[in-house]
Amino acid sequence: MSLDALDALYKEVILDHYQNPRNNDSLESPSVATEGYNPVCGDQITLQLKMADGLIESVGLQGKGCAISQASASMMTEAIKGKTLEEAEATARRFRDFMTKGNDQPDSLGDLEVLEGVRMFPVRIKCATLGWNTLQEAIKEYRAGLRGGRLVIKEDENT
Amino acid sequence: MYDVQVVRKDFPILERQVHGRPLVYLDSAATSQKPQAVIDALADYYSRYNANVHRGIHTLAEEATAAYEDARRRVADFIGAASPRSVVFTRNTTEAINLVAYAWGRRTLRPGDEVVLTVMEHHSNLVPWQLMAQDTGAALRSVDITEDGCLDLEAFHKLLGPRTRLVALTHMSNVLGTVNPVVAMARAAHSYGALVLVDGAQSVPHLPVRVQELACDFLAFSGHKMLGPTGIGALYAREELLEAMEPFMGGGEMIREVQLERSTWNEVPWRFEAGTPNIADAIAWVAALDYLEALGMAPVRAHELEITAYALSRLQEVPGITIYGPRAAEDRGGVVAFNLKEVHPHDVGTALDQYGIAVRAGHHCAQPLHRRLGIGSTARASFYVYTTAQEIDALVAALHQTQEFFTRVAGRAGRPL
Repeated sequence: MSLDALDALYKEVILDHYQNPRNNDSLESPSVATEGYNPVCGDQITLQLKMADGLIESVGLQGKGCAISQASASMMTEAIKGKTLEEAEATARRFRDFMTKGNDQPDSLGDLEVLEGVRMFPVRIKCATLGWNTLQEAIKEYRAGLRGGRLVIKEDENT
Repeated sequence: MYDVQVVRKDFPILERQVHGRPLVYLDSAATSQKPQAVIDALADYYSRYNANVHRGIHTLAEEATAAYEDARRRVADFIGAASPRSVVFTRNTTEAINLVAYAWGRRTLRPGDEVVLTVMEHHSNLVPWQLMAQDTGAALRSVDITEDGCLDLEAFHKLLGPRTRLVALTHMSNVLGTVNPVVAMARAAHSYGALVLVDGAQSVPHLPVRVQELACDFLAFSGHKMLGPTGIGALYAREELLEAMEPFMGGGEMIREVQLERSTWNEVPWRFEAGTPNIADAIAWVAALDYLEALGMAPVRAHELEITAYALSRLQEVPGITIYGPRAAEDRGGVVAFNLKEVHPHDVGTALDQYGIAVRAGHHCAQPLHRRLGIGSTARASFYVYTTAQEIDALVAALHQTQEFFTRVAGRAGRPL
């Protein structure tokens, strides 16, 4: 019983992303660079986006924290690369709904659905959404003409 | 020595199952579990003599006041304070330290004065002094630790000087477990005319603590970490210091006479207890003190020493583990913080929970200490009167399995840890 739950949470793909985060680069001249930080647990990521022709041309991700926070952010970088900001935002919204409301949505989240197991561990949902919240903040900053900022996750926010 | 199995029967929560397994509660440094006697004392107060204190002239108010003031006397006795007047009830350790920072620090500290802290302090013994330093222009100085997780006493002595007004330090680290040589440090601080505040949140529940022997000026501690209810704690302060201090908060109870534009203050310690106090939890705290005194604080310490020594030796069997703090159990209290090489402490915490094992993972409100150690967080197992060697065995077995689980899954992903 115990191990089944752990198996559902820590899928191979997740540990793979944790051990080998994708787009684990520091971009030379990012359009926007935003730090996301959860003071409760210390999980931290820095997300860089480089825009070209209205698309997210490249993504840089650096961070430290638990397997869930780092793997989810790593998977996110793959999901948003080459997308428009609107598409990336839509995916972020769908992912948050997926975490909080479940998998009854018309649009598939594809590979991201391996994170489904997190929903059985409510205290860990914030880990999975750290990257996505940081992404939404970065897009907001970019649109406001800023080069970056810092998002500190609040304790009373579930996601 | 007492029989741990008999003790365990007094704690109803220890019967619980978590995820289909018997609860192994290794988070007593965060909050302890409560014996039935404490739970009963709460119900007894609310069902038989609930009333406000110090005001009513009816029977219930008299009984409640007597029980509340008796609790103050019992808390004073427990720490060897000469008089109950030197004990102020607070919500917890944090509030007790804030009380000193505001009622003493804000009126006493001047620009150029120094407050000496240590890098192993809990945030509750750092942030109030940061706020005070901002308000008063006083400077903060911090004592570093040595490689073995003890305070660097040489550095401490160098920090002391004529400008030192206060040394505020923990008696026992909530992360490293280090028991600090408070007596010698207090003597050194006093030789410069500085006062000494001891954060006793982790020590008063676990060690025999006598304020006269510690020679501290202030001692802050909480009921909930020593078998008592949440929401009640205490500040011990030398009575003459309390006499000289202005109020912390204003309101009912803390006054003698109120005019529209000015007031005079009540005697100590009531001067520092504005508003209706936490009567029920103060009274139920006595049941916890009774319980600990029946066991005896020396046997409580002896039991934890045994469990800690056993945990330190067994945990070393886990591959890739790093254990923080002094090596010898005698130098520490019943907490062991550790990290596994390839598994983040939050993932360790989630995995152990599946085995019914409760540990804490995070920075344990000691971010500067974790930064000093060069890490973001740790997993922490902490022990108390009811902890058994079998529970340590369960922890070690689950850590082996956790390690094995993460290695296996990562291995299947084709990228071994």
